[in-house]
Amino acid sequence: MITKQQLVVVGNGMAGARFVEDVLARGGRDRFSITMFGEEPYGNYNRILLSSVMAGSHDPKDIFLNSLGWYEENGVKLHAGVRVGWIDRLSKKVYAPGGVTAAYDKLVIATGSSAFVPPMGGLYDQSGEFKPGVFAFRTLDDCDRMIKYAGKARRAAVIGGGLLGLEAARGLLNRGLEVHVVHLMSYLMEAQLDALAGGMLHRLLEKMGVRILLEKFTTAVLGDDAVTGLAFKDGSKLDCDMVVISAGIRANVDLAKQSGLTVERGIVVHDDLSCRNDTNVYAIGECAQHRGQVYGLVAPIWEQARVLADVLTGGNKRALYTGSRVSTKLKVMGIELAVMGDKDPKREDDEVVTYVEPSRGVYKKLIVREGRLAGAILLGDGLAAPRLLQVFDREDPMLDDRSELLFPMSGEAKTPSVAEIPDTAQICNCNGVSKGKIVAAVKAGCRTVKAVCDATRAGTGCGSCKPQVQAVVAFACDGAVEEDPAAHYYVPGVALTKPALIKAVREQDLRSVSAVFKGLAGGREDLGSKVGLASLLKTVWGKEYEDERDARFINDRVHANIQKDGTFSVIPRIYGGVTSPEQLRRIADVAEKYNARMVKITGGQRIDLLGIPKEKLPDVWNDLGMPSGHAYTKAFRTCKTCVGTDFCRYGVGDSTGLGIKIEKRFQGIESPHKMKLATAGCPRNCSEATTKDIGAVAIEGGKWEVYIGGAAGSRVRKGDVLCIVDSQDDVLKCMGRFMQYYRENGKYLERTYDFVERTGIDALRRLLVDDADGICARLDADIQAAVDAYDDPWTESRKPVHPNQFAGTVAVAGR
Amino acid sequence: MISAPPSTDRTLNLGPIEQIPPGEGRRFQIGNVPVAVFRARDGQVFATQALCTHKAGPLADGIMGAGKIVCPLHSYTFDLATGAPLGHTCKALKTYPVSLSADGDILLSIEGQRPSSREGKQP
Ligand SMILES: Cc1cc2nc3c(=O)[nH]c(=O)nc-3n(C[C@H](O)[C@H](O)[C@H](O)COP(=O)(O)OP(=O)(O)OC[C@H]3O[C@@H](n4cnc5c(N)ncnc54)[C@H](O)[C@@H]3O)c2cc1C
Ligand code: SF4
Ligand code: FES
Repeated sequence: MITKQQLVVVGNGMAGARFVEDVLARGGRDRFSITMFGEEPYGNYNRILLSSVMAGSHDPKDIFLNSLGWYEENGVKLHAGVRVGWIDRLSKKVYAPGGVTAAYDKLVIATGSSAFVPPMGGLYDQSGEFKPGVFAFRTLDDCDRMIKYAGKARRAAVIGGGLLGLEAARGLLNRGLEVHVVHLMSYLMEAQLDALAGGMLHRLLEKMGVRILLEKFTTAVLGDDAVTGLAFKDGSKLDCDMVVISAGIRANVDLAKQSGLTVERGIVVHDDLSCRNDTNVYAIGECAQHRGQVYGLVAPIWEQARVLADVLTGGNKRALYTGSRVSTKLKVMGIELAVMGDKDPKREDDEVVTYVEPSRGVYKKLIVREGRLAGAILLGDGLAAPRLLQVFDREDPMLDDRSELLFPMSGEAKTPSVAEIPDTAQICNCNGVSKGKIVAAVKAGCRTVKAVCDATRAGTGCGSCKPQVQAVVAFACDGAVEEDPAAHYYVPGVALTKPALIKAVREQDLRSVSAVFKGLAGGREDLGSKVGLASLLKTVWGKEYEDERDARFINDRVHANIQKDGTFSVIPRIYGGVTSPEQLRRIADVAEKYNARMVKITGGQRIDLLGIPKEKLPDVWNDLGMPSGHAYTKAFRTCKTCVGTDFCRYGVGDSTGLGIKIEKRFQGIESPHKMKLATAGCPRNCSEATTKDIGAVAIEGGKWEVYIGGAAGSRVRKGDVLCIVDSQDDVLKCMGRFMQYYRENGKYLERTYDFVERTGIDALRRLLVDDADGICARLDADIQAAVDAYDDPWTESRKPVHPNQFAGTVAVAGR
Repeated sequence: MISAPPSTDRTLNLGPIEQIPPGEGRRFQIGNVPVAVFRARDGQVFATQALCTHKAGPLADGIMGAGKIVCPLHSYTFDLATGAPLGHTCKALKTYPVSLSADGDILLSIEGQRPSSREGKQP
C-alpha cells in the first residue's frame, strides 16, 4: 500500500478551491491527504458574483460553490476562518494561530490579492480599522457590510473608476444612493480602454445617473466618527457619507516573502507553477507571477488550477502553463463591453480599424498586426464579440474585409446560428469550454442543460454565457433537449408533474400532506413542498381535504398577512370596493380600539389595518363583523371596479354590479398564485382590467371582453382576450372555467400571465371556449363545487381549530 | 395558571405538549428569554431562540419539517437540532435541550431562568 502524500493548500478562494476540485476529479483522493486553509469562514463562493449581490440581483446564499459539507464529503480537511501565518520550508510545515499546524509534502499557495488602499489621511479610526463608512470591495463580508451601511447612507463616493469601482457604483446606485465615482486618470477604465471608448462609457454612465470626477487625487477622508466627505489635492471637497475604495489590487505575498520565496509583483513561478526556489511549493491565482504577468481574471486562473492538478496527480506530468491571452467580456452596469489584447497600437505598422457611433454609444476598434488580431475593444455591441474573441484566441488569420468582423451578418439574421459556429469556438470564456466540448458532452449522454454544465463546467463562472450554452445543447440534441425533469415537478419533494400528482392523489386517495409524503415520497417529509401540496390537495378534495394546519404558511394559519415586525395586516372584504358610511364608521372604530398603526387604502381598492398583533386578530374580526378579504393568501383576491353605468357618463356596462357578483362568487377560491381581477364599464379601462390576471371590459352592444393573463407588477403584460360574451352570467362562467383550469394545471406560484404564455392563448381558447377536449362541463362543475365549499375563515375567531391558534406567546403552565 | 414551578432551576416543565399543534411551533417566555418550541409530526421536540438571527422574524410562526425550520419573513432555513444556518450565512440559532416527560410534558433546560408567571413582573 502506498502511503498518501500530504497536500496543503493555503487560500480557499477561486483558485485554491477550483484546484482541489480538479485534483479530486483526477482521482487525487487516493494519492493525497488534502488540507486547506481559508481565511474566510466559509466554504467557497463565486467572488465574481459579489457584484451581482451588491447590485441586488443575487442573494448571497446563491453564490456559494461548495458548502462546508462538501469538503467533509470529499475528505478534504478545511480550516475555515484560519489564516496561515508562517511557512517553515525546512521542516515543511505551515503554522497558523492557535497552535494549528500542518505538515506538507506539496504546498500550494493561492492567497489571491487584497484591495490596494492608496495612502490618504483620515482612513482609520483609533483601533486601526477603517473609519465607519469606509469600505474595500473584495469579500462576502465586505459586501455584507456595504449593503448594510448603504441602507442608511445617502451619498457614496467610489474611489477608482476601473471595472470593479464601476460595478460597486452600479450596486450602490441600485440601492438608491447618489453615487460619485472619483478617478485619478483622465478617463475611465484606462487599463482596458482607450480615451475615446473611455469617454463614451463616461457619457453612458452619466446618463444612468452616476456622477464622475476625473483627475481627482484624494488626499483625505473627512469626518470625526464617521465619513462625512473627501478632500482632494486641488483643494476641492465632496460631501458623502460612504466611501468605497477600489483603486486596484495587490497580491497577497507577505506569507511567501517571509518564507524566503522569490517574490516580485507576485510569487514567481515556472511553467509547471512551482516556485522559483522551491519545487515542492507552488503558487496559482492572483498571487502568482508567471512570465512577468499577474492575472486578475478568473479564466487564466482556472487554467492554472487545471494545469497544476495535472502536474500533481500525474494525469499529465508534462502539463505546462504557458500563459493566457487575456480577453474578456465585461458587463459594466449593463453596458456590453468586450476587450482583448492590446488597446492601442504598439508598432508603427499596426493597422487600426475603428467604427464610432456616439449617439448609440457604439465603439469598435481592431488592432491588426501581421495579419492577425492583436487587440480589440467592442463597446455597446454584443453581437460581434463571439467571432472576434474566437479569432483572437486562436490567432486566426484576418479576413481581408475587416468590416465582416466588425458587422457580423449585417442582413436579416443578426446572430450567427449555432450550427454555423465552428466546434473550436469558445462558448464559456471563464472555463474555456468550446462548442465542441458541449456537443461531446451531449453525445456522451448529457441531455439537460444542467447535466452539460455539471459535466463541462460551462456557465459556472460569471454565467453570462448560459443562453449560448442552452442554444448549443439544443442544437446538439437536435432540438430534443430534455429539461431537467425536476424542473417539471410540481413540488421538489415529490417526483411527479402536477397532472401525474393529481392522478396519484386521486387513485391512492391521499387527503393530507403527510399522507402524500407517506404514499408518494417514501415517507420523507420535505418542508419546501408542504405549502404547495396543501394548496393542491385543497383544490382536488375541496371539503374532503384533511387539513393539516402545519402545512400552511403562517398567513393561512391565522388568516392575515404577516408584516416585517411580526404583526399582521387585516383587510376585510368590501365587495367590488363599494362601501357605506356605516361600514366605514365600524372600520374606523376598530382601527382606533386596536391601535392600528396605519390605515391604508390598498391598490385593490380595499382598506387595510396594519400593525395588529396575532393574539388580537380574533377580536378585530369579531368587532368588524365583515368577511375576510383574503388579501394574505394564494387565492382570488379582489375585483377592482370602475363606477360604470350607474354614474359614469361613458359607461356601457354595469362594471360595479358585475364586480360585486364576481367577488361574491369566487371569494376564497385557492389557486397556484394570487388572482387579482377587475371590471371596466367601457374600453377607457379606468380600473385597468386589461392588465389583471382576469378582467372584463364592457363594449358596445351589451357585450363583455374577458381578458386573461394580464400583469402590472414586476412584469407588465397586456392580457389576452379569451372570448367576447353577451351577458354577465357568461362572464362569470368563462372566468370560473379559466380559474379551474389554472387551478388544475398551473405550477405552484406560477402567476396567470406565465401560465397563459406557457399554455398559449390559442390552446386555451380551443379548450375553454370551443371545448375541443370536452372538459368544459366538468370544469364548470368543479369550480361550482369549490364555490359551494367556501367558508369564511374568519369564523375561526369564534371556533379556533386549536386553543393556541392565535397565541402570540404561550403562557407557561408549569406544574 | 400555576405560578410556582417545582422544577430545579435548570429544567423547567412547560406543561403538556398538546399546547403546540402537531408540526408547528409556539413561543414561550422563560423569564426574559423568549424561546420557540417545536413539535414535529414524528414526535420529536426542539427548542431554539424565538427570533430569527436574520431580522428577528418570529420563528415559531415558520414552517417546519424534516428537522428544519423556515423563517416566515424571508424564508431563511435553519437546522432545528443544531441551530445551524442552511444555505445562507446568518448566525446560527441558539438551541436549548428539550424533551418530553413520561406523561407528555415539555421539559426545557435553560441556564438560570425561571418561567414567567402571572405574579411575576414579566413584560
Ligand atoms: C467584486 C469582484 C468582481 C469580480 N468580477 C470578475 C469578473 O467579472 N470576471 C473575472 O474574470 N474576474 C472577476 N473578479 C476577479 C476574480 O474574482 C479574481 O481574479 C479571483 O477571485 C482570484 O482568485 P484567487 O483564488 O487567486 O483569489 P481569491 O479568490 O481572492 O482567494 C484567495 C483566498 O485566500 C485567502 N487567504 C489569503 N491569505 C491567506 C492566508 N495566509 N491563509 C489562509 N487563507 C488566506 C483569502 O481570504 C481568500 O479567500 C472580480 C473580483 C471581485 C472582488
Ligand atoms: S372605464 Fe369607462 S365606464 Fe368605467 S369609469 Fe372609466 S370611462 Fe367610465
Ligand atoms: S427574519 Fe428570518 S429570514 Fe429574515
